[in-house]
Amino acid sequence: MIASCLTIDAYAADYSVNGFLQGNYSFGTEASNPDGGDLKWAEERAQLKAEVAQEPVRLFLKADVFYDHIDKNTEVELREAYIDLTGGRWDLRAGRQIITWGLGDLIFINDVFPKDYEAFFSGRPLEYLKKGVDAVKASFYPDMASVEFVVIPFFEPNNFPDANRFWMFDPMPGVTDRVQKEPASNIRNTEVALRAYRDIAGFDASVYLYKGFYRTPSMRPDSLTAPTRIELIYPELAVYGASLQRGALGGVLGFEAGYYDSLDDRRGTDPLIPNSQTRFLLSYQRQVIEDLSITVQYYGEYMHDYPEYERTRIASFPKEPKFRDLTSLRLTYLLMNQNMRLQWFSFWSPADRDYLLNPEVRYNFSDHIWTALGANIFGGKKDTTQFASLDENDNIYVQARYEF
Amino acid sequence: MLKYLLLLVAVLLPLNSFAITPEEVMKSSQAAFLYPGKDFKARIVMRLVSKSGSVKAGELTMLRKNYGETGGDQKYFMYFFLPADVKDMTFMVYKYPGRDDDRWLFVPALNMVRRIAAQDRRSSFVGSDFTYEDVSGRDIADDSHEITKEEKLGDSDCYVVKSTPKAGDTDYGYKLSWIDKKTFLPLKEEYFDKRSTLYKVFTAEEIKEIKGFPTVVKRTMKNLQSGHSTETTFTKVDYNIGIEDSLFTERYLKQPPRKWLD
Repeated sequence: MIASCLTIDAYAADYSVNGFLQGNYSFGTEASNPDGGDLKWAEERAQLKAEVAQEPVRLFLKADVFYDHIDKNTEVELREAYIDLTGGRWDLRAGRQIITWGLGDLIFINDVFPKDYEAFFSGRPLEYLKKGVDAVKASFYPDMASVEFVVIPFFEPNNFPDANRFWMFDPMPGVTDRVQKEPASNIRNTEVALRAYRDIAGFDASVYLYKGFYRTPSMRPDSLTAPTRIELIYPELAVYGASLQRGALGGVLGFEAGYYDSLDDRRGTDPLIPNSQTRFLLSYQRQVIEDLSITVQYYGEYMHDYPEYERTRIASFPKEPKFRDLTSLRLTYLLMNQNMRLQWFSFWSPADRDYLLNPEVRYNFSDHIWTALGANIFGGKKDTTQFASLDENDNIYVQARYEF
Repeated sequence: MLKYLLLLVAVLLPLNSFAITPEEVMKSSQAAFLYPGKDFKARIVMRLVSKSGSVKAGELTMLRKNYGETGGDQKYFMYFFLPADVKDMTFMVYKYPGRDDDRWLFVPALNMVRRIAAQDRRSSFVGSDFTYEDVSGRDIADDSHEITKEEKLGDSDCYVVKSTPKAGDTDYGYKLSWIDKKTFLPLKEEYFDKRSTLYKVFTAEEIKEIKGFPTVVKRTMKNLQSGHSTETTFTKVDYNIGIEDSLFTERYLKQPPRKWLD
């Protein structure tokens, strides 16, 4: 019996095709967009997922085609496309893939892989927050610990909201000549990331290492006194981190930390490049009553070499605090045999005094059709901080999907 | 003569049905219902029927492995085929008697493994009328048990056991179980609320013997208050198939091995 289960040839190639049709619309409720429009997002989309497998090989493809009503164009987007090879104590995945590390609920320390914040702020389904990377991931499973090793030869930045659709803070609004300077694809710039994990006394324990680049650009003007042109650069970054998680206090308790080593500005004296930071996260999740769960998080980031930052910083740029913290709250309530989901998610930063509120109701009409209605509400004290700067972009969104 | 009589009593005594305690009945029932074999696999089809008659489908493969004796630790691995919005999701449970489970969920769209809080075993299993406890069992020591009567249910002689939760925060007041004297499988369970009104009924509709283990292959849980019911059919049931310990790890949670999924 066991022998027959282990025989590869006994399994013929196995394939599956599925996907969805989706409409996704988001309306600004606070003000018209910078370009005069009122829609933050408006599209119809079809996704096709195809998979062929014959152990030890598996091919997976996930591609979207969508029509964008705001830019009035049709595009094809290859979300994921990879080949898997499975061995006795190793796996290999090569191609475009989504990688998610760390414990955070929408707070990322050791998840150094690209994100799409435009998707998140525009009210798109959560899966669009993650962008695929073109990478090779090798996993090893010796007895001591499991290891994932990722090599990313092609740099992929985070995606931020479109300046035509979103009002955002810009410290140099007069300089419109801007160029993206992404790291060139070569051996030296190849990003590497490593995660080793195992159980330690009931804890899910991981350590993480990353060497690559910040995915949020830094502005480098050609002149500080009379700038005419700005380069958007992605400074070098290394991250060393760890996480621990286990069941405790009637729920799940998590801790994650990482040291952001700003390799291009280790002394903290370059005002255009972020200083090194220590970031940490505490999280706790529990079920309060049947079908109601709550997750709370406390996140902090501490800037190193703060005196150097204060001494060299550019006066016209908003001053960053030495310590910035952020809290989050998620409540999820399932009703009507789990066909209806009421969800509350919010960020509140005590340091920045700003917030993001995201209530959402989702209803499954059938096995195949669901819709969600929600809102993103931004605000805060100053107009330069992360969420307060998005204050004018409050939106109500609707998502409707037919899955097949 | 007296010698023979004593011998007769000695032979009969272990068979005497009154000698069995209600805890022993429940323990044997747990062994027959939730612990048979070293490991277990089934393809589970669920039909969730609402009061108005609308039907939703769920389909998953469940794998279980025992660690230790009946009532001891178990590991569960589930892979979902249906409904479409949870397709390819996997769910893993480490079950420990006397303390909270560890549960992990893999969300394929985000390629993300999430550890999830599991303190309430009385909550619904994937929106069905079954609770997590109905799927993976309840600690016998959590209830006080009493054999209220013995009676026939259909053709089967049954013990009728009344189980009353010791903790006051359980969602039901007490439960009556009809336990088959031969197989020790529960053939029917009636759940009563705290005002002793019947509100939920479990029935085992079909039992098949698979590799020598009598197995409930068709079961229904009906909620009399909401009118909602869940019919569950087990197909492709197998026991002692040699599931490796390594199945119950993040590696296979993220890439469920095909050989176990059918």
